[in-house]
Amino acid sequence: MMDQAQFHIRDLHVRFRTQADELHAVKGVSLSVARGETLAIVGESGSGKSQTMLAALGLLASNGVVTGSAMLNGQELIGASEVALDRVRGAKVTMIFQEPMTSLDPLYTIGQQIIAVIRRHRTVSAADAKAEALALLERVRIPDAARRLASYPHEMSGGQRQRVVIAMALANRPDLLVADEPTTALDVTIQSEILALLADLQREMGMAIAFITHDLGIVRRIAKRVAVMRHGEIVESGPVEQVFNAPRHPYTRALLDAEPGGTKEPTPADSPVLLEAQDVRVHYPVKSGFFGRTTQVIKAVDGVSLTLKRGGTIGIVGESGSGKSTLGKAIVKLAPATGMIRLEDRALIPLSRAEMRPLRRSLQMVFQDPYGSLSPRMTVGEIITEGLLVHEPGLTSAARDRRAAEALEEVHLDAALRNRFPHEFSGGQRQRIAIARAMILKPRLVILDEPTSALDRSIQKAIVDLLRDLQRRHGLAYIFISHDLAVVRAMADTILVMKDGQVVEQGESENLIRHPREDYTRRLLAAAMETGFSPC
Amino acid sequence: MLFFVIRRFFSSIPTLFVVVTLSFFLMRVAPGGPFDLEQPLEAKIMENLNRAYGLDRPLIEQYGRYLANLLRGDLGPSFYIRDFSVAEILMKGLPVSMTLGTLAILLALGVGTTLGVIASLRQNSAVDYAVIGFATAGVTIPNFVVAPLFQIVFGLMLALLPVGGWNDGAVRNIILPVIVLALPQVAVVARMTRASMIEALRSDHVRTLRSLGMGQRIIVIHALRGAILPIISYLGPTAAALLTGSVVVETIFGLPGIGRYFVEGALNRDYTLVMGTVVVVAVFVLVFNMVVDILYALLDPRVRYE
Repeated sequence: MMDQAQFHIRDLHVRFRTQADELHAVKGVSLSVARGETLAIVGESGSGKSQTMLAALGLLASNGVVTGSAMLNGQELIGASEVALDRVRGAKVTMIFQEPMTSLDPLYTIGQQIIAVIRRHRTVSAADAKAEALALLERVRIPDAARRLASYPHEMSGGQRQRVVIAMALANRPDLLVADEPTTALDVTIQSEILALLADLQREMGMAIAFITHDLGIVRRIAKRVAVMRHGEIVESGPVEQVFNAPRHPYTRALLDAEPGGTKEPTPADSPVLLEAQDVRVHYPVKSGFFGRTTQVIKAVDGVSLTLKRGGTIGIVGESGSGKSTLGKAIVKLAPATGMIRLEDRALIPLSRAEMRPLRRSLQMVFQDPYGSLSPRMTVGEIITEGLLVHEPGLTSAARDRRAAEALEEVHLDAALRNRFPHEFSGGQRQRIAIARAMILKPRLVILDEPTSALDRSIQKAIVDLLRDLQRRHGLAYIFISHDLAVVRAMADTILVMKDGQVVEQGESENLIRHPREDYTRRLLAAAMETGFSPC
Repeated sequence: MLFFVIRRFFSSIPTLFVVVTLSFFLMRVAPGGPFDLEQPLEAKIMENLNRAYGLDRPLIEQYGRYLANLLRGDLGPSFYIRDFSVAEILMKGLPVSMTLGTLAILLALGVGTTLGVIASLRQNSAVDYAVIGFATAGVTIPNFVVAPLFQIVFGLMLALLPVGGWNDGAVRNIILPVIVLALPQVAVVARMTRASMIEALRSDHVRTLRSLGMGQRIIVIHALRGAILPIISYLGPTAAALLTGSVVVETIFGLPGIGRYFVEGALNRDYTLVMGTVVVVAVFVLVFNMVVDILYALLDPRVRYE
């Protein structure tokens, strides 16, 4: 069995030297991938799954030290010279990464970049290389490939860029493709297409794939074997069915249990209406030409209506660019909107900034990126209580400090942590801090814009539980924006499906997920199901 | 792109107008006048002089007249350097300053980026620390210290190069001033290149190149093309400043550039000469900023001017 394996890692250790001490990131990992096989490596962020593969390919950061063995087709890669590695990388083994938006050089055309890879490793004439590049683009199903050769990366969508990256990675028919979360940053429908493409290409070319992911749904879909990593070690490995149906290690069980589940308790029918929006539009003019005339209007949100009751949750789903985030911003007047938006009895759109200010404490927002949304130079206590300075200026600093401690306890964080800075917290903890910042003002409506998308599954589940708990206790209303149907279903009473700025379908959550009427909704659901979402 | 250039050209006219207006009135707020000497002139002579140069008119009329002349390209006569028009003075000095400035910019760009790239590729090595040390020294040691030092070492002790003089732009004469002028810029450019190269070398698309085995040479080319962009933005206004002359370097090396007229004109309340230099500097700054924007669009396909 082992003889067939073309890629072997044995007892691999990765250590990072830092100023103070040494970080032992990978602790003796051994694994193998056979010809034509897909091995999934799963684990949460920081588990060492990416570092293992980067180390094997000699791509570690400069302060990383690797020991052990990584053999590709009998050739040892650990300790090989850069020159020797450069002959292997791109030809025999390639790696694709999570960030399709930044993985390509913005200053060169797609064609130039693919041709460079071909000609780097094989003696091919420029004309032949160009023909090959064109064939590759067609093979990764880029529409209008001939014209796309001359396009720059910024002219393409994330999904298309990831296809180009795949084309580059496969240009020289490698024996092994390492795919490091290649679909995580993409919309669910695109994600599904890319996974299908990789499977097709694997059948055609017969390469082995080592697929790094934190998404168990993807593992089920694409891999036969899986290795579960935690704290730099493989805690369990074996055939996917065996590992997932009868997990031996408690961590694997915890990972499997972490899929968000349950549904929200229904909102009482007699609950009063908190927010009503009718025919909300956000249009952005595009100016061009010599005199900057408006030549085009981008309709980010185009005639959306919704009604939200006290204690209720509306889930808004759609792909990137569908206008779901803009709608959220329009409701709190952070985007210029027309139409009617009413919070209880106040119409919001005609209000000036000053008139809006006292209402803002009732309308809070929590964003996707818990790293970017907290000021790195303020303590957590200062961040949480900043809103109180505006909305309750009479409070003494002792009273504010007490409120900060209460708010932290409410989101299940230790109140003693309020004098620390954001960088000392994990992503999940930071998102709790962002939620505490919203809750301290005792809002009535919180707009949650992809609050769980940047987090690992097990942490997502805890945040969903926390949000539901806060809603129950304080009678909050939520607008929950997400592309993740599993999370939306666990949170929302009703779901609004958005596409191109308009609502294509809306309805009660369970009903909409089980019996979608519109094609687009069905496509979203189908794509989600392929990566493990189950509507029943 | 052509639209952009035309629009930029027209939009720079109001800027120029504001600069001219502000400096015209600011000059007049300063106490004293062009004909104030240690021994005050006789009232009658003063009156005649003021009348001859139109300084007896209301300020607003003088301003209007200056603008009208400026539109015709007439910068007026110098008040202090008698018998010369401001245009003549500038035409004589500008080629000197521009020669020195152009050479200094090229030196800064060539040597600075090379040092920066080498340092970034050998981050935290002895070479890197040497470049950082040089860059810090280059910025912190003022040119009025470096210039005499060079004169003493290369001019007097080694007797390799002349200590000063223009000598019709002979190569021997301009080596020292160009180096002194370029040194702080070499230092700044080296530092900036190092920083932006280190960032570029850590970027995702360079990681892609490494994972495809593209090799060091190609990686450096790709990284440098991205890293050069901030340096170009820095060099735009810097080039304008260098090409319009340096008071210190021109004075120490006894060069007939226009930098020193700025100071002389201001000290002697030579209104027209100061205004003339202000106009020249402003035009250079506007032109170079436009050149930077155009270069940006040529180098970075994401930048497009409608």
